[in-house]
Amino acid sequence: MNAWRRALQGLPLIVAVLALWELVGLTGWVNPKVLPPPHAVAARWWEYLAPPQPYDPEAGSRLAWLLSGELVQDAAGSLYRVLAGFVLGAALAVPVGLLMGASSRVYGLCNPLLQILRPIPPIAYIPLSILWFGLGNPPAIFLIAIGAFFPVLMNTIAGVRSVDGIFLRAAQNLGAGRLTIFRRVILPASMPYVLTGMRVGIGTAFIVVIVAEMIAVNNGLGFRILEAREYFWSDKIIAGMLSIGLIGLAIDQGMSLINNHLLRWHRGLEH
Amino acid sequence: MPAILIERVSKAFPTSRAAVTALENIDLEIPAGQFVCLLGPSGCGKSTLLNAVAGFARPDAGRILVNGVPVTGPSPERGMVFQEYALFPWMTVAQNVAFGLEVKRMPKAAVQARVDELLHMLKLSEFAERYPKELSGGMRQRVAIARVLALDSPILLMDEPFGALDALTRRSLQDELLRLWSELGKTVLFVTHSIEESIFLADRIVVMTYRPGTVKRDLRVDLPRPRDPAAPEFNQLKRELSELVAQEQTRHEADERLALTTD
Repeated sequence: MNAWRRALQGLPLIVAVLALWELVGLTGWVNPKVLPPPHAVAARWWEYLAPPQPYDPEAGSRLAWLLSGELVQDAAGSLYRVLAGFVLGAALAVPVGLLMGASSRVYGLCNPLLQILRPIPPIAYIPLSILWFGLGNPPAIFLIAIGAFFPVLMNTIAGVRSVDGIFLRAAQNLGAGRLTIFRRVILPASMPYVLTGMRVGIGTAFIVVIVAEMIAVNNGLGFRILEAREYFWSDKIIAGMLSIGLIGLAIDQGMSLINNHLLRWHRGLEH
Repeated sequence: MPAILIERVSKAFPTSRAAVTALENIDLEIPAGQFVCLLGPSGCGKSTLLNAVAGFARPDAGRILVNGVPVTGPSPERGMVFQEYALFPWMTVAQNVAFGLEVKRMPKAAVQARVDELLHMLKLSEFAERYPKELSGGMRQRVAIARVLALDSPILLMDEPFGALDALTRRSLQDELLRLWSELGKTVLFVTHSIEESIFLADRIVVMTYRPGTVKRDLRVDLPRPRDPAAPEFNQLKRELSELVAQEQTRHEADERLALTTD
C-alpha cells in the first residue's frame, strides 16, 4: 500500500511531462513525424498490443487470441532470451564465484584471465557470436549469458569473502565439517550478495537482449523498434521503448520481491 | 584428571610495532564441574586463552589437555558462547538449536524432541520459528546457550557472553546460567571484565595481568549461593578484586597512551 502511495507521489511530474509533450505537438513547434504527441503514441501502442484478427473460436482459445498481438509476441520472445541467457550465465557464475571466493588457489588461477575478459563489453562479442552461432536465438542467448555472467560472478566472490568469521568459528565449534560449513553457512551467508549480483545481472541481460535483437534476431522488442525506424514510425518506436522500460521495471520489481522473500532473515530489511 | 589442564601456555601476536605477548606461561588446572571466571582488562589475553582452549588458535608453546586429551582444534565437546551471539541469521531459532544435532546425524525425530526440550529449558518455546533479528539481545544469547547445550558438551566456554546486555537482562541470564550449571554439572570457563559478574557467578576467579598475560591472582569464592551483591562479604571481595584489576587497567591505559603518542 505504501509503495503505491510513493509511486503516486511522482504522478504530477509524469502528468506534467505528458501535458508539455502534447502541447509541443498541438502548437506545431515540432514536426509530429519526428516527435508524435502522446495520444498518437498511445493509439499506436494499442494497435501494437491488440490482436490483429477479430476473435474466431475456430482458431483457438480466447487467451491465445488475446496474446496474439505483436507486442505480446515480441515481449515473449525478448523475455525468453533474457531468461535463457540469464539462467545460463548465472548457472556458470555462481559455482565459479563460490569456488573463487572460498579458495585462494582457485581465485589466483582464475582471476587474471577473468580480469582481462571482464572489461570487454558483451556487445563487443556480437561479431564473433554471429560467426559462431549464425542468426536467431543462439547468438542472442550467448551474448546475454556473457552480460549476466560477470555481475553475478563478482558479487558471488565478494559474498563468500564477506562471510563473517564468527559464523565459521561457531559452525566448527558445533562440529560441522568443511562441506557442511560450505553448504549451510557460507552459501546462505553470501546469499545477499549473490542475489544483488543476480539483480544487476538480469538488468544487464535486458540491455543486451535489445541490442542483440537489433542485430541478430528478427523479432523481439529490440528488432521491432529498429524495424519501425525504417518506416519512419516514430510513434511505434516510442511505444516500443516505453514497453521496454515498463518490462524492465517489472523484471526489477519481480527480482526485488524474490530477494526480499529469500532474505527475510536479513538484517538489512529491518525497518 | 582435571577437566581442563593448561600447561605453560604462551602465545604472541605480531603487530606493526613489535610482537605482543598475549599469554606467557599460563598454568591452570580446572577440575570437572568448576565454574571459573577469567577476569581482567581488555588486552590481558583472557579471550586469547579461551580461544586456545576452544581450539580456534593454537598456543605457540605449552599444551592444553581436555580430559587428558590434547586440544588440536574446535570440538563440540567444548561448546562456545560468543559475546556477539554468532547465531546464524538465516536460520530460525529452532534451526539454530538443531544445527549441532543435525551435524551429528541425529535422527529427525530425536532432534525435534531435543530442540523442544532445550527451548523449553531456556523459555524460548514460543520463539521457535522466529529469526534472530526479531529477538532482543538477551533472547539471542539464550538461543546461543541452547544451541551449545544441545551438544551436551561437558565443558562450556563463554566469551563475555553478557557483555552487550543491559543490567537487568544480564542479571536474569546470570541466574539462568547458574541454574543450568547446577542442574547439568558442566565445567564452565567464563571470560568477563566485570568484577561483580565474576563474584556473582564463579567458584574461582583467575585475575590476569595486562601484557604479557599471566595469572596475577587465582582465588576461590566460597560465598554461598545465591549470592547477594549487597552483602558485606561480597563487597569486601569486590574491593579486593577492584584493586587488582585497577592496577592492570592503569598499565593498559599507559600503554595505549604511549602507542598513540609514538605513532
